[in-house]
Amino acid sequence: MVDHAAKLTDRVWSRYDRKEQWARYAIYLVTLFAIVWAVRDIDIFWPWVWDAPNQIQNLGARMWPPEISAWQAILNAMLETVHIATLSSMLTIFIALPVSYIAAQNTTPNKAMLWLGRFILVSSRSVNTIIWALLFVAIFGPGVLAGILAVMFRSIGFVGKLMGEAIEEIDRRPVEAMEATGASKMKIVLYAIVPQVMPAFFAIIILRWDVNIRESTVLGLVGAGGIGMMLQGSIDMFAWQTVATILLAILVLVILGEAVTSVLRKKVI
Amino acid sequence: MLEISNLVKRYGHNEPVLEGLDLTVDGSSVVAIVGASGAGKSTMLRCINRLVEPTSGSIKLNGSELVNLRGSALRHARRRIGMVFQGFNLIDRLTVMENVLSGRLGYVSFYQALTRRYPQNDIDRAFQLMDRVGIGHYADKRADQLSGGERQRVAVVRALMQEPEILLADEPTASLDPKTSQQIMSLLQTLASEMSLPVLINIHNVTQARMYTDRIVGMRHGQMIFDGVPKEFNQNALDAIYGGIESPEEDGDNTADKDSATQQGGVVA
Amino acid sequence: MTDFRTASGALPGRVWKKPPFIANPWIRYGLFAVTLIYLYWAFSTLPFNWTRISEGLPRAARIFSGGFPPSFERASLMWTGFKESFQIAFLATLLGVMLSVPIAVMAAKNVAPLPIYLLGRSLIIISRSFHPVIVAILFVAAVGFGPLAGILTLTLYSVGFVGKMLAEEVEEIDWGQVEAMRSVGAGYLKVLIYAVFPQILPRQIGLSMYQLDSNLRASAVVGIVGAGGIGGTLMNAFGRYDYDFAFAILLLIIGIILVSEGISGWVRKKIW
Repeated sequence: MVDHAAKLTDRVWSRYDRKEQWARYAIYLVTLFAIVWAVRDIDIFWPWVWDAPNQIQNLGARMWPPEISAWQAILNAMLETVHIATLSSMLTIFIALPVSYIAAQNTTPNKAMLWLGRFILVSSRSVNTIIWALLFVAIFGPGVLAGILAVMFRSIGFVGKLMGEAIEEIDRRPVEAMEATGASKMKIVLYAIVPQVMPAFFAIIILRWDVNIRESTVLGLVGAGGIGMMLQGSIDMFAWQTVATILLAILVLVILGEAVTSVLRKKVI
Repeated sequence: MLEISNLVKRYGHNEPVLEGLDLTVDGSSVVAIVGASGAGKSTMLRCINRLVEPTSGSIKLNGSELVNLRGSALRHARRRIGMVFQGFNLIDRLTVMENVLSGRLGYVSFYQALTRRYPQNDIDRAFQLMDRVGIGHYADKRADQLSGGERQRVAVVRALMQEPEILLADEPTASLDPKTSQQIMSLLQTLASEMSLPVLINIHNVTQARMYTDRIVGMRHGQMIFDGVPKEFNQNALDAIYGGIESPEEDGDNTADKDSATQQGGVVA
Repeated sequence: MTDFRTASGALPGRVWKKPPFIANPWIRYGLFAVTLIYLYWAFSTLPFNWTRISEGLPRAARIFSGGFPPSFERASLMWTGFKESFQIAFLATLLGVMLSVPIAVMAAKNVAPLPIYLLGRSLIIISRSFHPVIVAILFVAAVGFGPLAGILTLTLYSVGFVGKMLAEEVEEIDWGQVEAMRSVGAGYLKVLIYAVFPQILPRQIGLSMYQLDSNLRASAVVGIVGAGGIGGTLMNAFGRYDYDFAFAILLLIIGIILVSEGISGWVRKKIW
């Protein structure tokens, strides 16, 4: 130890070794370039940016105090929003379950079905609810049906993917036992797989219902029903105090939804 | 009568796990199959009910060939072969009765399986067998609420519900404590004689093999190297089977646990 | 073994019924009835415009035949849109992740004093409760059409998600390291830098990648209400019945989202 002490003064300490250091610099540099490019290239009128805090404050001031005389209409629109979320969650089940069955590696009948299932899940998940809504409004006209279908089409991917993963994660041993009794494939699914994925199924549906409530609040902005329609209307009429009430109502609804979800989750699982 | 001749099983291009095995079991004899981890015991048992696909060879049960059966013919053959597993392989979230009745899945229709409307005969038989092994009062309990020994009894009853012509048991006692595992072994022994049912038991515990079976078959590297009555199974035979391999302790019930745990994984992998 | 023998004697004819999923019959049938009543109520109060809906199928046929084959002719318009979407997502992620660190510290029970904690929590709850599209429409109203509204929206969106996850991470840190730093006499900020941040850093990088991915998704939709990016282009295409162009944009969105999901997943796997 003693001879080491002599060299001690020359030793340099640094947190990262050279290779790590270069990699870090490279990442910093790339990020920096990306920032500079993005900031310079983006189509922003900078004086507006400096004025933004003012404008936001201004808008906030115009919202105060919330105007509650329209509470009955708001309540009805809120109920419609909840209906859209609930009905679409229910309908999702009927499509998502078969799709998850063919998209899970251990239950899929064949490779073609596996890819079909995965294709359905990916396309459902990659298109946002509001874009689905845009499409369905174009097809079925403005209204709740477009909203229900939009939320449903987006949920299929979510529920189907998670259910598929739950199916892939089951304990194989009961399946083996059921095979050994001479049961057919459908009976094996019924006895060895369904009971195992039941808890996951309820958890996923409850979770998605919660998400769907949030999604349903914006459908109206493209004409697909729910509170969003009223929000858009009030904004168009510069009725900022009503807007504030609607926002508060949405906040309450979302928090309520979360509370219901956590109670349900505890009850069911 | 079970006749296995020249059975070969090879996974991919690896060394064969079973190298031309011949074995004949007749009457109501209880046969113990002993051997070190990876000797091919579990593979052999699973070849009989085709949970594992044999590479070549012939397996005949009461005169009918089992190899090369497909689809519903295979399922009908599996009904005639009961199987008990090391990990019980019960469906945890179903009741004991449902687990027991699942042994009839090869016989009942899909609708009956779905609605749990089993024929009265099946239910009578289920109650009889459950009372016989002392679990009758658990009928409506969930399977995961039972102790290990009770769970294995449920599994035995499930296998017997198939009205099998032969019973296979893959390390049925390896997950149990010493006292319970003796009870299960003795249960298998008495059931075999009561129902004049041939029973094949893979077992790690040589002491129990000697005590509860009529015949011991020793396997090593996929070949049968000992076949005789328990009295003839002496130290030489033991050395031949386990020689050069870490031997299980003669009367160490506890070691059977971890040995067979690795055994299970070794064979499956 | 004798106990097995004596226990036999089950008389034939014993009945067995599958125990119901819900034990209490009142709750069981009640739930069933409630569901039915709910469905009836929901369907009877929802305003379905059946005449309009019945026109749906021919319309769908027209839309899809108009949409195929997708037209990539106006590529420059698409490029501008996607570029802007990406810029919005990138800048918002950066801002959001930076802001989320102090807010996460504020919203972590173990390192923040109670009033600060409550403030941090409510900030997170509020920014999480509103769908980005609603936030976007408000920002558009406040600061005008264009990417600025988009950036502000997604920044808030990022703060909500990353802040929440990070706050949970801070609450679960190994407290021993904090005590060690305190015992060498480090002040509050130094404790944060030496004992708290190193523990949450890997998570933070993973979360940032995840958030960049979800911001990219969201940036495609905030444009629908005028907050810049490809969403506006898509909305216009739909509005002008340019279905072939709209489908091209949709396909591109799906493609880009898949690529971005792949990259973000790969980076997160590398880091963890």
